Amino acid sequence: MSLLTLENVVKRFGGLVAVNNFSTQLQAGELCALIGPNGSGKTTIFNLISGIYEPTEGKITFDEQDVTGKRPDLIAGLGIARTFQNIRLFRGLDVLGNVLVGHHLRLKSDPFSAMLGLPGYSREEHTMREEGMELLDALNLAHLAHEDPTSLPYGQQRKLEIARALATKPRLLLLDEPAAGMIRAESQELMDFIQHILNTVDMTIFLIEHQMRVVKSICPRLIVIDHGEIIAEGEPAAIQNDPRVIEAYLGVGDYATG
Amino acid sequence: MSTTTTTEAGKARRSLRLSRNQILTGIALLVFVGFLIWAQNNLDPYKLRILNLCAVYTIFAVTFNLIFGYTGQLSLGHAGFAAVGAYTAALLTLSVAQKQANFFLAPIIPLLANVEWGFLPAVLVAGVLAAVTGLLIGWPALRLRGDYLAIATLGFGEIIRVMFVNWQRITNGSLGLKGIPGYTNLYWSWGFALITIFVVKKLVDSSYGRALKSIRDDEVAAQALGINLARHKLLAFTLSSFFVGIGGALLANLISTIDPNVFRIFLTYQIVGIAVMGGMGSLTGSTIAAILYTVFLEVLRPIESPFRLGSIQVPGVPGMRMVLFSVLLLAVILFYQKGLFGSKEFSWDWLFEQFSKVRTRLSGAQAAPPAGPQQE
Amino acid sequence: MSFDLFMQHLANGISLGSLYALIAIGYTMVYGILRLINFAHGDIVMVGAYVAFYGIAMFLLPWWLSFILAIVLTVLLGVVIERAAYKPLRNVPRFQLFTSAVAVSFLLENLGIVVFGGRPKAFPRPPFMDHTVNLGGVRIVTYTPFIIISAFLLFGALMLVVHRTKVGMAMRALSKDIETTGLMGVDTDRIILLAFAIGSALAAAGGLMLAIKFPQINPLMGVVPGLKAFIAAVLGGIGNITGAMIGGFLLGITEIMIVAFFPDLAGYRDAFAFTILILVLLFRPTGIMGEVEPEKV
Repeated sequence: MSLLTLENVVKRFGGLVAVNNFSTQLQAGELCALIGPNGSGKTTIFNLISGIYEPTEGKITFDEQDVTGKRPDLIAGLGIARTFQNIRLFRGLDVLGNVLVGHHLRLKSDPFSAMLGLPGYSREEHTMREEGMELLDALNLAHLAHEDPTSLPYGQQRKLEIARALATKPRLLLLDEPAAGMIRAESQELMDFIQHILNTVDMTIFLIEHQMRVVKSICPRLIVIDHGEIIAEGEPAAIQNDPRVIEAYLGVGDYATG
Repeated sequence: MSTTTTTEAGKARRSLRLSRNQILTGIALLVFVGFLIWAQNNLDPYKLRILNLCAVYTIFAVTFNLIFGYTGQLSLGHAGFAAVGAYTAALLTLSVAQKQANFFLAPIIPLLANVEWGFLPAVLVAGVLAAVTGLLIGWPALRLRGDYLAIATLGFGEIIRVMFVNWQRITNGSLGLKGIPGYTNLYWSWGFALITIFVVKKLVDSSYGRALKSIRDDEVAAQALGINLARHKLLAFTLSSFFVGIGGALLANLISTIDPNVFRIFLTYQIVGIAVMGGMGSLTGSTIAAILYTVFLEVLRPIESPFRLGSIQVPGVPGMRMVLFSVLLLAVILFYQKGLFGSKEFSWDWLFEQFSKVRTRLSGAQAAPPAGPQQE
Repeated sequence: MSFDLFMQHLANGISLGSLYALIAIGYTMVYGILRLINFAHGDIVMVGAYVAFYGIAMFLLPWWLSFILAIVLTVLLGVVIERAAYKPLRNVPRFQLFTSAVAVSFLLENLGIVVFGGRPKAFPRPPFMDHTVNLGGVRIVTYTPFIIISAFLLFGALMLVVHRTKVGMAMRALSKDIETTGLMGVDTDRIILLAFAIGSALAAAGGLMLAIKFPQINPLMGVVPGLKAFIAAVLGGIGNITGAMIGGFLLGITEIMIVAFFPDLAGYRDAFAFTILILVLLFRPTGIMGEVEPEKV
């Protein structure tokens, strides 16, 4: 049974068809990348999965549950976490605070115990902070725990967003262009970290990228879309030489040289 | 904020630090209570009234800050909830004889005619009723986008007022209620104010507080992390309404006379002004601003009646204080958006930092006592 | 209810509706472009009424001159407010703009109390508006048709500007997409200023009509009509000028008719508008003419 299934998903905005007949399956533990030129509908698909948009047609199933058109917070509660293309960090919280928000959905104490400072709550808060620092540590951000997130360089902000998403202990992680704005060394570090996550915890990762270079070495499966439709699917080697894919990307030097 | 250190010395230092702060807070509280006792027994009614008003406005400002500063929801219904609390407490505490005297136009409804409660239960019921009102109003209203929420809550506040004007047999309509027993004293008002500050602070510092701030900063991202927007907004809203109701109750039993006009949008605007000037996102700011506001309003009262400036007779200008306040408010919004405290809170650690800074500067000269610890 | 009485109420409702519509347009224009609820708009209504009052009562100017003066000065005020209190905050988080609008409203009300005096004043209705005539059995006071006709003339003029001129087109473009329109070479600042100017002019007209209809003016007179006018704008579809007009008339007529048919509810008349608001926001938040705006993520 696959973890995530999209069946014939269509999304129309008025007259514009953003996603057309998109179907795919993700198995648990898989690392898959969704690639395509700008404006091909990649983020829209993520928005459909995470519940920000409701599909005009089609069905989305996660862990054998129908999540089509469900509210985003409910979907997150089921185990899907995501990052955003334009980083969406919480400016009013420090770095650690951002990560701790990710822990919130797993909080067992009710507001009253928090308001009254009951020991049950204090213990949970303490545990949350420890776990939060561990996450930051794993991403080399621990020394920045109390910094203002907007003061961080772009690459670090992206890592923070990932740490925050991981704090929800998801089963499926949607990363929207995680390597954007990173220098080669950083994106390599990120890809290593993604591999590390897959090796250590029970996680499925669905990745959006528009740079082939970043994903071809670690993603065993690529889905290529253009104008909201899948035009190719398979291993990086096969994809790179697929004429349809090359045509869709024509002119984008970065992709052609891989 | 304490840093996490895992060395033994670090842990020991941290636990020592915490208890130092707790001891200091305890001492400060004792000093404050001592002041309240002295004040309650020694100051004249006029000054006591001002001090009580300070507490009431503190409650109003802190609760507004919770909804707007921390959760990012511009709710302009504060006056309405205060009205609910005030009228509830008034109707419950007014003596039977007073009720008869008040309701000369139309007799009060039988249910309330013979009710005469003590202060504490009346205040608590006032808070609960206001909270229920908040729940009922918040449930539909908080689903609205920011701008609409403002108007919707403004509208609700006005609806409450219109209803109170028309419910002759319950609220005595525009005639209002006179002779409300003056139960409010410094212990009640500041007691509740401190409780409000404590509860709100604890909430704001907790995971729920972070969730509220995340909603304020970016609803989409907050939702993507599993935060139920409606539930959390409603939490802040209802909690806020509860304490506003209590504030209203304290007000009613302080000023002894209330009518629907006391709770017009004007009151809400004042509260917004106080909270903004104190700094959205700072409870310390709200408290200080509320106190400063109430005190200055009284101090400046003379400018509204004719007075002498040396040899010149200056005609009084009624309403001038509010003009000054609104000008100040606009100036703060335009030029100094952070307000007095921005989003910083007073903390003992901060105070000690200031001490050591002053110490370093004075080192070399004779040992001078720390300059003016009261910095805010 | 007799037909004549009904027509009287209807005429009343239409004139009240014209008033709401005029004020609503100002709200909707500003909201359409800046996504800002101009809380101060209702108070601008008040200023219009007072300028006319002082013109007639203190400077003894003819009524039409006072009215024109009222509109001109109110436009000036609206423009000053935009420049001083809203423009500087255009690029900061939205809630600061809200608080600024709230603060301006508060300031205007307090200034009104200080400058104009807190006690209500009787507005000197121009004599020709004070006659009661009999139109085929229906008794109407002459100010009612005056208000209705003036309002429609103003609507007509506005529609001409919005749909037949370049600046009107720019305004419509700005309310659709402010960033892109700015990039297209449209002087955003100037157009926004114009929107405020027009909105304030109509608000002043609304204030004059309010003063004529309910000839008692006080510094807080604009608050409730302002709120109702905003509700009318929401009812019609916020951001849509035609919608504001429709909403205004609907609200005015409904308010009069409910009181006419259920006189016991007269004390609640101010609450009708808010009830309508709640219903609209719950069941059709985009209003009668509105379109849903999907949020781009």
